[in-house]
Amino acid sequence: MLDSTFFIEKGIIILVVFAVTMLFAMYSTWAERKVAAFLQDRVGPNRAGFGGLLQPLADGLKLFSKEEFFPNTPNRFLFIVGPAIAMSTALMTSAVLPWGDKLVIFGKEVILQATDIDVALLYVFGVISVGVYGIMIGGWASNNKFSLMGAVRASSQMISYEVAMGLSIIALLMMTGTLSLKEISMQQSEWRWNVLYQPVSFLIFLICAFAETNRTPFDLAECESELIGGYHTEYSSMKMGFYLFAEYANMFISSAILAILFFGGYNYPGMQWMTENVGVNAANVLGIIALLIKICCFIFFYMWVRWTIPRFRYDQLMNLGWRILIPLAIINIMITGVCILAFK
Amino acid sequence: MSTSIQNISLSGRKKEVSNKEMTFMESLYLVAIVKGLMITIKHFFRKKVTIHYPEQTREMSPVYRGRHMLKRDEQGRENCTACGLCALSCPAEAITMKAAERKKGEEHLYREEKYAEIYEINMLRCIFCGLCEEACPKDAIYLTVSKELVPANYDREDFIFGKDKLVMPLEMAIANSKSVN
Ligand code: SF4
Ligand code: SF4
Repeated sequence: MLDSTFFIEKGIIILVVFAVTMLFAMYSTWAERKVAAFLQDRVGPNRAGFGGLLQPLADGLKLFSKEEFFPNTPNRFLFIVGPAIAMSTALMTSAVLPWGDKLVIFGKEVILQATDIDVALLYVFGVISVGVYGIMIGGWASNNKFSLMGAVRASSQMISYEVAMGLSIIALLMMTGTLSLKEISMQQSEWRWNVLYQPVSFLIFLICAFAETNRTPFDLAECESELIGGYHTEYSSMKMGFYLFAEYANMFISSAILAILFFGGYNYPGMQWMTENVGVNAANVLGIIALLIKICCFIFFYMWVRWTIPRFRYDQLMNLGWRILIPLAIINIMITGVCILAFK
Repeated sequence: MSTSIQNISLSGRKKEVSNKEMTFMESLYLVAIVKGLMITIKHFFRKKVTIHYPEQTREMSPVYRGRHMLKRDEQGRENCTACGLCALSCPAEAITMKAAERKKGEEHLYREEKYAEIYEINMLRCIFCGLCEEACPKDAIYLTVSKELVPANYDREDFIFGKDKLVMPLEMAIANSKSVN
């Protein structure tokens, strides 16, 4: 049934999701500075607009007006491709996220998801692992030791933590029996949130999410004190802005995935009641709001952690990934298996 | 306890550094991280220490040396007689001036027969040591009165403060003379 309304409907959803992701990424930069300030007994940006709310615009304007600098590198093409890959992979993941169940508009059911593919979770993992190319290519094309070091660190870190991340999800998949994010959300209606059944899996996933998004305490790829700026040392202007933006977009997306996989997605207690008594649309709009609130909580948590914990040493990072998280994930899978066998 | 050189602790707070292996729970870092998070979240809700500068100013101590002020006496006349002692005493060579003779009918403006026609302090050179204040025989220059900072600016020229910025405002002199009488 590929009629034109289908394309319009999907087009609008994609546009809205894109805009929302960008908006969140933009205001995450503002929130990051505010949270950092508040955690340090300061007030943060407060001059540009009310409470500094126009600060992201001012920052963007500044980045646009900066000089485009090219280092002396034979790989000018790759130098440009790097940030582009980082940005596009950061945005691509949002295509499979379910923002709500459905809306009824003009008597037509609209699924609040750009596309409901049945291997959504695999797709997410696939795209995330491509994201490391953005950093790797950018760092390599910079023709600079510090950038290369940062890129090597980033890729080895991301590859190691992807293993633990994948394993932690397997325990969850054994329970849900599906890879579709939509179905996983639906299974968690009311209070049946996965985090209550899989706390260990959630913990491992959370730690790995920190590593995958290159956030403190795992921001070894860009640690200022050792590597200047890491992989984006040589970048300036909007190419630099793309890397920074991609990091915040990634943070938004991974918060969304955490919320969807473990914290019920768009479900909130009483959603069934709302659907029956008030209407599908109202119930689902509330659902979208619930999901966004959950995402905001996770973003806050990311920032809270960033301004609390110092950076891990590189050997600690690798130890934690390979010697602790992976065995823990495997044990978790076994226990889950035993439980499923015992209770079903 | 043996008093070998390794055991002496003058402050009484010497601690042996322990290098023991971490237990499994410790090596997960979870407990420590949660403790740290609790500390930072407490600060999130604390009162902020920031002073919103141009709108709010911090309380200065009575001897705080801020930007200079050329004083007027109780009748509103400028004290300075352009003797140049402040410029001579200034270790940073920040002060320059040009003297002029007081004309008839200007007695209400200048207290002495000679006055400073131009008086400039380069605020980028000044180190706010207060030696000019100490050197002045006429009680004319003070750093402790204005309680102001020299504001930031874009041009170096704008940091050379002339008499327009340095001389005590008339209203302040009037207020002073009232409080004296
Ligand atoms: S405060 Fe010190 S440095 Fe500044 S003008 Fe006076 S004597 Fe010179
Ligand atoms: S400020 Fe004082 S020391 Fe300096 S020229 Fe005037 S009277 Fe002399």
